[in-house]
Amino acid sequence: MPLKIEEVRNIAHLARLQINDSDVEQYTNELSKILAVFEQMKTHDTTGILPMAHPMDATQRLRPDVVNETNQRDKFQAIAPDIEQHLYRVPKVIE
Amino acid sequence: MTTTIKQLQQGLAEKQFSSVEITQDYLNKISQQNAEINCFISVTDELALQQAVDADTALANGTGSVLTGIPIAHKDIFCTDGVKTSCGSKMLDNFIAPYNATVIEKFNQLGAVMLGKTNLDEFAMGSSNENSYYGSVANPWDRSRVPGGSSGGSAAAVAARLAPGATGTDTGGSIRQPAALCGITGIKPTYGRVSRYGIVAFGSSLEQAGPFAHTAEDCALLLQSMSGFDPRDSTSVDQPVPNFSDNLNNGIAGLKIGLPKEFFADGLDADVAKVIESAIAEFRKLGAEIVDISLPNMDLSIPVYYVVAPAECSSNLSRMDGVRFGHQCENPVDLEDLYKRSRSEGFGDEVKRRIMIGTYALSAGYYDAYYLKAQQLRRLIKQDYVKAFEQVDVILCPTTPEVAFKHGEKTDDPVNMYLQDIYTLSLNLAGLPGMSIPAGFSQAMPVGLQLIGNYFEESRILNAAHKFQQATDWHLQAPEVK
Repeated sequence: MPLKIEEVRNIAHLARLQINDSDVEQYTNELSKILAVFEQMKTHDTTGILPMAHPMDATQRLRPDVVNETNQRDKFQAIAPDIEQHLYRVPKVIE
Repeated sequence: MTTTIKQLQQGLAEKQFSSVEITQDYLNKISQQNAEINCFISVTDELALQQAVDADTALANGTGSVLTGIPIAHKDIFCTDGVKTSCGSKMLDNFIAPYNATVIEKFNQLGAVMLGKTNLDEFAMGSSNENSYYGSVANPWDRSRVPGGSSGGSAAAVAARLAPGATGTDTGGSIRQPAALCGITGIKPTYGRVSRYGIVAFGSSLEQAGPFAHTAEDCALLLQSMSGFDPRDSTSVDQPVPNFSDNLNNGIAGLKIGLPKEFFADGLDADVAKVIESAIAEFRKLGAEIVDISLPNMDLSIPVYYVVAPAECSSNLSRMDGVRFGHQCENPVDLEDLYKRSRSEGFGDEVKRRIMIGTYALSAGYYDAYYLKAQQLRRLIKQDYVKAFEQVDVILCPTTPEVAFKHGEKTDDPVNMYLQDIYTLSLNLAGLPGMSIPAGFSQAMPVGLQLIGNYFEESRILNAAHKFQQATDWHLQAPEVK
């Protein structure tokens, strides 16, 4: 089922990507082609098959809740695009 | 002329040369050839020479290890403290990693020398290295052709003899496919064998790091250095690591090698098939028993992979928000504009396509039909292998359906590009180890042979590969230096 242009705009919004009007048709075609490949999955019955999330079926390992890393704020913020008084600066969020 | 890591080790031990001398020699070759091959994004020459000086001191004091003073190139996906880690993306063009990946830390502790960071498809998404922000990489055998991807820079660097070994990551074939297309040896270990800590994440349930080198013997050595449980990686598996070099020389008489009929069917280039058949004959001569097997669900690996990998990528790449690190757009009007423009300017086309596919597959109303279904089918793919390994010790097939293709040949058709990985993807879905070794030539281009092992049985495929390399010299063939 090919995607509609509006669907692609919505997917791009959900993914926080800006797609130019001039490119939206091309993305729609390409994504539709990829989705067409997925149709093949429908031909196999998977009733009762447990989904596989990890090749060894391992579960998330837990660790004791103790501090084991030191604060490296200055090092991490040195590579941030926009810092002021040790804070990450973004456009105004609350009106 | 092929110089292996083993030979460099011997030379260093016997004081035929120093680490500074060989490091300088590789750096000279890189500076002469990198402009054309474009396999390095960053050459860390000052750091390399400093590490080489330290290595020579350690060797002189008798405190060296097996890799002390050996120059290595690292895929630019491993975080390297204080060194640009771009992941082939404009998004991370200004990203100086603030810490080392565990793999890098391990090489540093062993005294290895880092020559530089190699080119790759952006965020490891691609099979031709044409998706890099830093330009495509030339295949050293024929510069009009691609080196494969995503670890195309690492494979090309080793093939061009600009490094004796290199690291890569493999999410769907990204070590094995470029190794095949560049005529070198590369291994992807079992999922969980090598720490993923500090590797820029793309497909968390699929990817593993591994080495490239000229020989299986060198790969065993490099993989040894990379492997081991790491509490900092929640996907790391706590399994003992055997000495991968111990069994290399064992005879392989009686080794049961399975040939899955699905990997020798339509779509396989006839010339490539001939090369693989000669290699099978060679294994027979070495005493291996060849068994026909079937992996009936392999036709599903392309759709399943291209649901699961993009789903994981859309989630992993959501951290690239233009706020904490990486590219930020100019003069954002509001937060949404900041996110959207930073991401759209920072990511290339293939990355955007995969993020959108993944977002769609995970979105409300489609989750069951795509993601859940794919994860169920993934189990069928794994079960095929589990059953096969009840019958055989090792599985053999071509690594790729054809030899390296021309630049631009497949860029207009993403689905056609995805077919490149048809023989490699299923191992990542199942989490199995696999390697590619040179098996001959077609159209004067190298052909790769894939050996697949059971879980945590890297030693077995390394052994089979080593015995093959003792009997053949395909792995020692080098492209002409232009």
